[in-house]
Amino acid sequence: MSAVTVEAVRAIVAAVPDPELPVLTIDDLGVLREVRVDDDGHVEVDITPTYSGCPAMDAIRADVERRLGDVGMADVVVRLVLAPAWSTDEISESGRRKLLHFGIAPPTGRAAVGGPVALTLAVRCPQCGSSDTRELSRFGSTACKALWACNACQEPFDAVKVL
Amino acid sequence: MIGSKPAELSPSGQAITWSDSDKSVAVGAYALRLGDDALVLAHRMAEWIASAPELEEDVALANIGLDLLGQARMLLTYAGEVDGTGRSEDDLAYFRDEREFVNCQLVELPNGDFAVTMARMLVFAAYQYELYDRLCSSSDETLAAVAAKAVKEVAYHRDHATRWVLRLGDGTAESQQRMQAALDVVWPYVSELFEGNELVHGLVGGGIAVDPAELRDPTTDYLTTVIEQATLTVPDTSVWHTGGRRGIHTEALGYLLAEMQHLARTHPGAPW
Ligand SMILES: [Zn+2]
Repeated sequence: MSAVTVEAVRAIVAAVPDPELPVLTIDDLGVLREVRVDDDGHVEVDITPTYSGCPAMDAIRADVERRLGDVGMADVVVRLVLAPAWSTDEISESGRRKLLHFGIAPPTGRAAVGGPVALTLAVRCPQCGSSDTRELSRFGSTACKALWACNACQEPFDAVKVL
Repeated sequence: MIGSKPAELSPSGQAITWSDSDKSVAVGAYALRLGDDALVLAHRMAEWIASAPELEEDVALANIGLDLLGQARMLLTYAGEVDGTGRSEDDLAYFRDEREFVNCQLVELPNGDFAVTMARMLVFAAYQYELYDRLCSSSDETLAAVAAKAVKEVAYHRDHATRWVLRLGDGTAESQQRMQAALDVVWPYVSELFEGNELVHGLVGGGIAVDPAELRDPTTDYLTTVIEQATLTVPDTSVWHTGGRRGIHTEALGYLLAEMQHLARTHPGAPW
């Protein structure tokens, strides 16, 4: 086997989809942190949970190991890192566009710097684009989403909560 | 109570120096105290699944329980690593008996009606918010990282409970009466949250733990503001229950543990 490069490993791992938001990769989501490869070809991949109780982490770990295993990399350790704490600010621009295209409102506003109080701006309907929307429930189908509805087109939709 | 002088302080008021192994054991015990609170309340939240007053609330309580369970897993995992015993999160959750649990009594109280659940969530999230907000600056990197994640989640829990207490308190005569009754149920368990012990005070000196006494004023201020805004009254309590940190619990915890631990003890090592 030829020498394994960090770039090659990262390219493979970056394509792993998030199990709960499969339209996004773990790279789009900011769940993929660092990839390291040492001289012996030993691979370490750091991932970070979105929420403390995120049940997707075990599935992501298994997917990372499987995809690398498929190309012959078996000496792989997937580490769960907590710091710095994940924030919706880490969702990439392309990730935000994919969410919108999929019918999920991307997080609006930024997590407040140095404090936990998030600023939520008006949430735009991903179906019709209206900003005349209302929050139905702050807790949605997964830990990272809230349930909203549009007053213009009457459609309910998921919105990623600012964290 | 919190007025007594912590034993770990030398006459000069300086924290005494612990050996590294003593310190590790103490950090483990502190992580266990935080983790047990989160674990027991996570179980109470899970009990609401499929029984909440509306579907959205079912989802909310399940998500809040999941956040707490995630915090508990990180804290129990760390407790078993740092204290040198090598116990896993499952060992700690499923194979300790009631007297070995060091959660506060507030979190083990039965859910009661929805108002009691919300009163308890309001109190506990307000306390946990102030705690984690300060623990983010802990000199212990793991505790600081867990806190930095958790404080953002707890902000949502506190907000959720606040909205319900306002809605029910400043609602109909029936909802107001039941919300007040719920506050009366949980209030005698509030003071325990702010109690320290020798172990915690020793860690406070080292910049690792947060002094629970320091949380009393900001937590109480938040609760008082919400309660008054909800046209309710801060209960006038003269008897304060305590003992959870020493393993003294109410009758309710035994039943909770019997349910939570049954499967793991019947089929040791069973994965899924
Ligand atoms: Zn719309």
